Amino acid sequence: MNSGEFLSEYFPILVFIAIAAGISIAMIVGSWISGIRRPDREKLTPYECGFDAFTDARHKFDVRFYLVAILFIIFDLEIAFLFPWAVSLGETGVFAFWSMMVFLGVLTIGFIYEWKKGALDWE
Amino acid sequence: MIAEAVFYIFACILIFSSLLVITARNPVHSVLFLILCFFNAAGLFVLLGAEFIGMILAIVYVGAVAVLFLFVVMMLDVDFVGLRKGVMKYVPLGLVVGGLLLAELGFLYFAWAPAEGASLTLAAEPTGLEKSNTHALGSMIYTQYILPFQVSGLVLLVAMIGAITLTLRHRPGVRRQNISKQIKTQPQDAVELVKVETGAGV
Repeated sequence: MNSGEFLSEYFPILVFIAIAAGISIAMIVGSWISGIRRPDREKLTPYECGFDAFTDARHKFDVRFYLVAILFIIFDLEIAFLFPWAVSLGETGVFAFWSMMVFLGVLTIGFIYEWKKGALDWE
Repeated sequence: MIAEAVFYIFACILIFSSLLVITARNPVHSVLFLILCFFNAAGLFVLLGAEFIGMILAIVYVGAVAVLFLFVVMMLDVDFVGLRKGVMKYVPLGLVVGGLLLAELGFLYFAWAPAEGASLTLAAEPTGLEKSNTHALGSMIYTQYILPFQVSGLVLLVAMIGAITLTLRHRPGVRRQNISKQIKTQPQDAVELVKVETGAGV
């Protein structure tokens, strides 16, 4: 497969990207052109049930959101390893299969650990 | 022809949005422009023929790392306006570091040459490949490079355990749901039938 053939396989995706960008830009620009905008101070201030806003919208989050995100990244990377394994399994055979099973086993140990620790529970 | 045009479009959006990453006032907007950068870099990788890296960039970086960045930006509650006050003080240092990186890139561009016998086109394009990127990687990682592969699994395990031990704190006094205990409860343990005499009270 030469490089021109390879890239022509991606041409439909390029068309999709172009259409998606075109539609979203048309929506934003269209409403920007056709909409009536008369901003004043009251319209631009954040509305908080009738009283003045206490604080900035940027609150401190609970740290456990962060933990959930980190655990998600780790399993995301595990999935990234699964793609080439699944594609080439027919040619690499039994050894590659068990090599992946060991890899998954190691990560399953981590999964059991986090489950037993209660890292997946919300208080 | 189209490939060149697409390359310039992707590269221009990449540079423009990366400039906006460092100049945007709102840090959340910075992270969103960073996501746009990742998408354009993924497009450049696909143009180079490295489709697997491009897709992984979209899955891992856009899907997970950018979300983590957003959490950090929102969670830290940093006073970004206050941080920007001392920015002129650090401009010389920043210029030195940036100049060093630019010089390194320049060395790479001017002094780098392919090895004897290897042609430049072979290095830059996936010519002569009968199978796809992902297939070619898969035929190597799990058999020939099994040790690095397993070590990366162990590194992921360490990362998982490290994240849990660093951030997981159980608040005392929180009553959790114990599902097996709930299911095991019998009616006679939970409900008591009391015969109350009239006028005596319980």
